[in-house]
Amino acid sequence: MRRSPMLASLTRHKLTVMLLVLQVAFTCAIVCNVASMIGHRTAQMHEASGVAEDELVTLESISVDEHDDPLVRHNSDLAALRQIPGVISAVAVDALPLNSNNWSNGIATRPAGNPALTATAFNGTPGERQTLGLRLIAGRDFLPDEYMPIDSAHDWSGINHVAATIVTRALAEQLFPGQDPLGKLIYPGDGPVRIVGVVDHLLRPTLDESAGNEYSTLLPLLPDTGNVTYVLRTDPNERERVLKQATDVLTRLDNNRVLRHAQTFEQLRADYFSRDRSMIGLLLAAAGALLLVTAAGIAGLASFWVQQRKQAIGIRRAVGATRDNILHYFQLENFLIVSGGVVLGVVLAFVLNLELMQRYTMQRLPWIYLPMGAIALWLLGQLAVLGPALRAAAVPPVVATRGG
Amino acid sequence: MFNYYAAIALRSLRQTKGLTALMILVIGLGIGASMTMITVFHAMSGDPLPGRSATLYVPVIDARPLATSKNDASLPGGNLTWPDAQALLRAARADRQAAMTGGSVPVRSTHAGESPFYETGHYVTSDFFGMFGAPFRAGAGWSAEDDQQRARVVVLNSGLKRKLFGDASGIGRIVRLKNTDFRVIGVVDDWHPQPTFYAQLDNRAFGRSDEFFLPLQTAMDLGLDFNGRFSCWGDGGDGRSSDHCSWLQFWVQLDSPAKARAYRDFLADYWRQQQAHGRFPRPVDPGLYDLMSWLANQHVIPDDLRLQLSLSLGFLAVCMLNVVGLLLARFLRRAGEISVRRALGARRRDIFLQLGVEASVIGLTGGVLGLLLACAGLWSVRQRPDGYAQLAHLDMSMLLGTFVLAVIASVLAGLLPAWRACHITPALQLKTQ
Repeated sequence: MRRSPMLASLTRHKLTVMLLVLQVAFTCAIVCNVASMIGHRTAQMHEASGVAEDELVTLESISVDEHDDPLVRHNSDLAALRQIPGVISAVAVDALPLNSNNWSNGIATRPAGNPALTATAFNGTPGERQTLGLRLIAGRDFLPDEYMPIDSAHDWSGINHVAATIVTRALAEQLFPGQDPLGKLIYPGDGPVRIVGVVDHLLRPTLDESAGNEYSTLLPLLPDTGNVTYVLRTDPNERERVLKQATDVLTRLDNNRVLRHAQTFEQLRADYFSRDRSMIGLLLAAAGALLLVTAAGIAGLASFWVQQRKQAIGIRRAVGATRDNILHYFQLENFLIVSGGVVLGVVLAFVLNLELMQRYTMQRLPWIYLPMGAIALWLLGQLAVLGPALRAAAVPPVVATRGG
Repeated sequence: MFNYYAAIALRSLRQTKGLTALMILVIGLGIGASMTMITVFHAMSGDPLPGRSATLYVPVIDARPLATSKNDASLPGGNLTWPDAQALLRAARADRQAAMTGGSVPVRSTHAGESPFYETGHYVTSDFFGMFGAPFRAGAGWSAEDDQQRARVVVLNSGLKRKLFGDASGIGRIVRLKNTDFRVIGVVDDWHPQPTFYAQLDNRAFGRSDEFFLPLQTAMDLGLDFNGRFSCWGDGGDGRSSDHCSWLQFWVQLDSPAKARAYRDFLADYWRQQQAHGRFPRPVDPGLYDLMSWLANQHVIPDDLRLQLSLSLGFLAVCMLNVVGLLLARFLRRAGEISVRRALGARRRDIFLQLGVEASVIGLTGGVLGLLLACAGLWSVRQRPDGYAQLAHLDMSMLLGTFVLAVIASVLAGLLPAWRACHITPALQLKTQ
């Protein structure tokens, strides 16, 4: 019974109420989608790479002289790098998680079969797994006699001859669901490669929206071009010094090379996600601004209504309504309006999400964001209306007799 | 009469300072955010080669095998294989044609004792410079014969020229790239089209600069490293010269629409002829994109940015709804005052005009604020690390656009409430007073 006069009063401001409902609905739809985008990107930014991120430093060396044998060069470089105090281990690799240097191969499970998916080949010198800190969850590491050069001079043909591989758990589960991957054969090149081990996680050099961000294979192939990345593992506190010394050591060994991307793995990760970070900042600002504008609109309209209804409030107070009654009246009214907006907003959020999924590589809006958005808007509405409602509650009954 | 309305409007605005400020702020925020994004967009969707772009085309030949899975059915990236690029070059059916790829090489400093440095450039064929109208400061490009003879010549962009030779002309000097000597035969004048449309379009298409250009055949001969996607399929090695690895960009100049049609037919013929040799399993579909549609096709503007534009327009819509609501409440609350004026003989259009002026004052002030916020927004965009960031400047047309947007938005926001308010029945209101 108490609600019907309130609804009646709302229908007297049809246009204004409709505008407010629309505004809440738009805000709800946009904020829900923005929140889901922020959630998705944040999750992506924090995906574990599988490597010991806070203990690694890397630097890329590009040799200008091509007369000498790169394999020999890499070994002498590594020997010198391992002499640096504080270096636990050092390896030469051709790719790292998030370094954008992606060599992917189609992986078939039968000879000359159609590739079921593509996976990144990570190649490196012996000790790569330990240096990177990859956790072996099944099988064994590579044996010394399994290593061979990539043979980049002949179109990286090493991949056609290599015999063993260690794959990620994600790749193994995708290729051989429900089976033990150890001992199984895969065909990343022309020949069969036996899975001898499984590591927990190893993120690819570039990420995308597909499920395959951990489809990685480690291969006992030695990088044999003049362009190689050295990875050094050290104590987290020693990283800067080790990096500095490593640069000096490599320059001293051969001045005729380009050294670049001398950085800690943490810097590498930060660089890779710098766009996402600024996008998250922007999305947060947009969501915040939307909520603020909506709150301001609610507060502004509510204070108009309070002024408009001063006389009516006075009369209600004069006939016995308590301050709390008046306060609750405005709060309930706001709750009704925001609820209308939220209901419409949930529908709009889905429509917007579908549109975004079609136009951009967007993921489906997880339902959890809808109740969260609704609660946020209800709280926001109550907060925004509190000031005007308190002012309304403070209207003395005597206003009724004074006249507008 | 107008002055009178303006005076009333100002007086009424002063009476409700807080709400007026709120409305101005909301309009300003909405317009500032959307103008920032519209300006960035405007700058990025500009024509990198005005005057020439309409005659430049990308031929697309999809040499990939039939799709084996759903996510394989993506758009072709436009890269050609070495044999196909060579065939199109030899056929020479366009007014000009060039094959190209990006590459990075260590450049040896001419100063003794300095370490080599890395530089990004392009390996191209001889028509490249004439076709794209690269402005030469000194010297010129090379000839088709140089291409054939794998000449060791190089054209430098001004930046690298200055770095190597300072103010000297540089022509005829020797540059050592990786471990080969190249003779400088031309210097182009700070030529950096935005986006770098002729390269493989990815998220570095803006801001990337080419500091040298050297013959594609020569680079191939020397096995210089190239940048970009290199995708192979089938068996039999991944050689750069194989017919199942695509990695080259190809551009043609076709001076009239008739020539473009003829070239499309030529591509279709080539396609069928290759199919007869067992290549190109996908159906014949010779794509020929002019420069601007190629940029659109390849989504040269990053998705993130398009998303930001949509977001800012959504924000503007919410802001406008907000202002309409506030104005409506404000006008309707003055029903009494309006009724008195109506009873005293004011026509509906007088009321409409009066309230319209009030809304416009708010809108214009909001627009000015929006303009200031857009300047601040563009400044913050320029601080971003992305390549396009430096393009984000407010130009004259955008400045006018801001004002027009502000006026339209505020008038729209003011019209509905004003229209609603001028339909108040005077008698009813007067009675309740």
